[in-house]
Amino acid sequence: MTVATYAEAQPAATAYTEPARRMTLNGWATVVVFLPPALLLFTVFVFLPIAEAGWYGFFNWNGYGRPEKFIGLKNYGYLFSNPTFTRSLINNGVIIVFSLVIQLPLALAVAVMIAGRLVGAVWFRMIFFLPYVLADVAAGVIWHFMLDGDYGLAGAITTALGAPPYFLLADKTWAFSAVLIVVLWKYFGFHMMLYIAGLQGIDPALLEAAEMDGASPFQRFWHITLPLLGPMIRLSVFFSVIGALQLFDIIVPLTGGGPFESTNTMVSFLYYFGLTRMRIGFSSAVGVVLFIICVTFAFGYQRIVMRDD
Amino acid sequence: MTDGADAIRPSGRRPGGLAAIVTFGALVVMAGLVLFPVFATALNGFKDLSELRTNPFGLPRVWMWSNYWSILTGYRYWQVLGNSLLIALFTVALTLIVSSMAAFTFAHLRFFGDRFLLSYIQLGLLFPVATAIVPLFIKIRGLGLLDSYWGIILPQVAFSLAMSVLLIRNAFKQLPSELLDAAMMDGCGYFRYFIYVTLPLSGPILSTVAVISFVGSWNGYLLPLIVLNSESRYPWTLGLMAYQGQYMTSWQLVLAFITLTILPAIIMFLMAQRYIVAGLTAGAIKA
Repeated sequence: MTVATYAEAQPAATAYTEPARRMTLNGWATVVVFLPPALLLFTVFVFLPIAEAGWYGFFNWNGYGRPEKFIGLKNYGYLFSNPTFTRSLINNGVIIVFSLVIQLPLALAVAVMIAGRLVGAVWFRMIFFLPYVLADVAAGVIWHFMLDGDYGLAGAITTALGAPPYFLLADKTWAFSAVLIVVLWKYFGFHMMLYIAGLQGIDPALLEAAEMDGASPFQRFWHITLPLLGPMIRLSVFFSVIGALQLFDIIVPLTGGGPFESTNTMVSFLYYFGLTRMRIGFSSAVGVVLFIICVTFAFGYQRIVMRDD
Repeated sequence: MTDGADAIRPSGRRPGGLAAIVTFGALVVMAGLVLFPVFATALNGFKDLSELRTNPFGLPRVWMWSNYWSILTGYRYWQVLGNSLLIALFTVALTLIVSSMAAFTFAHLRFFGDRFLLSYIQLGLLFPVATAIVPLFIKIRGLGLLDSYWGIILPQVAFSLAMSVLLIRNAFKQLPSELLDAAMMDGCGYFRYFIYVTLPLSGPILSTVAVISFVGSWNGYLLPLIVLNSESRYPWTLGLMAYQGQYMTSWQLVLAFITLTILPAIIMFLMAQRYIVAGLTAGAIKA
């Protein structure tokens, strides 16, 4: 995500390579034919909807006719006084923290283990990456089965222990941990792959030199590998956060937001409490909140954390 | 299997002894944990319900091929896969056409507002589809595209534009500019240059974008969920949920159905592993 970097790198490059090429009739014809499809699609299906979300958010509107009942910021008021919404905000936060504290370090550890000279590295890489290519919904249904108290893994364990069946997905306190399990299962291979790509870019001579100078494996990791992986780590943090903020597909088959609305994310809240009930104004307001969070994060992160990458 | 490169590295030795064994053991255990749900799903699809209850994680005592057979011989499975394929192929084709044309202009032509328009499209990198899903639903309804394939394809293309235009444009700019100069000198216009020079030289980046957009479309759920009503148009993700809803009490059938629906993805992945991994990660890294 180096929007800023490219923009800054451009002027010099273009100044050198394209000074002689003046805009010709042929050039204009190309612009007129080649550009509009992309601009049109983007405007109609991306830009306008986002702008309209901001507008609809001010109305009490059921989606039929025109939005007429202007209610100012009331939707936002309802939203933040709605315990289910605040809960889903917290849940999104929990996924982010979990990703950063558990998932990424684990992915990094596995990447380092695999990138070493290890028998079967290719196979491990492939196995860990496999869940990433499966759809979130499929992952959700599979894990719904695994955690089922009657039939799945949970059922087998309780039966083996002679305990009464335990339904994690129906446990108000712990059900959300199921979501975290699936996120970990599904996505850690992707982050591992980013780290492996990063590790492959590190010159082994550096590590060997340090080894000859008597640096311990931990010192080598801490002082050489980790700093050199910096750009890749910052990138994977970025994807973790953006991915966590938009999590939806896993929730539906796994918990449907339940039990007692304890496992919603912002997007599942938007879907269950806004869209399916045709509360267009209200759910647009949820979209706007999500938009503001995403854009603030993306901009801030690119400007502050990733500015050197 | 080892990486060939490892053998010829100067210090060419493997980490010896206990550490290597522990590392290897840990990886084997983790690989088992990762694969276990997939195998459990596939195997349990062969059981009957009562065995599923008493023996959820062993091999089936009696292999109920009929679970799979009934799905494979019904039209429903093929219909959802066909729908997904149709939607994904159109999405990929349209994404490649639209974004490579836009990327070409941004890469080679300087005109008033070009920088601005590029930044405009790159706004799409900053937020996911979900943020705009409600007005998008209203828009699709207004355009009369509800319950149609186009209602899914067009927004999918639109939301992938930011990323694909960026990736493709960067690749186009890497092509030596002497090529374009020479072509211009010989009286070749931009259109022909695009078709006969740029595109043939850009196989790798186009296939990267194709992989990303295919996987995204194939696995898509939210967009079809809000756009489609008719079950006959459902892609497999929606079909799976509908199937689960209908056979809620027959886990063995649901498991067989999941196994069969994720099978194409798994086969594709095993066959084209190198390209898919490279495509999905390179896309993330380069953008």
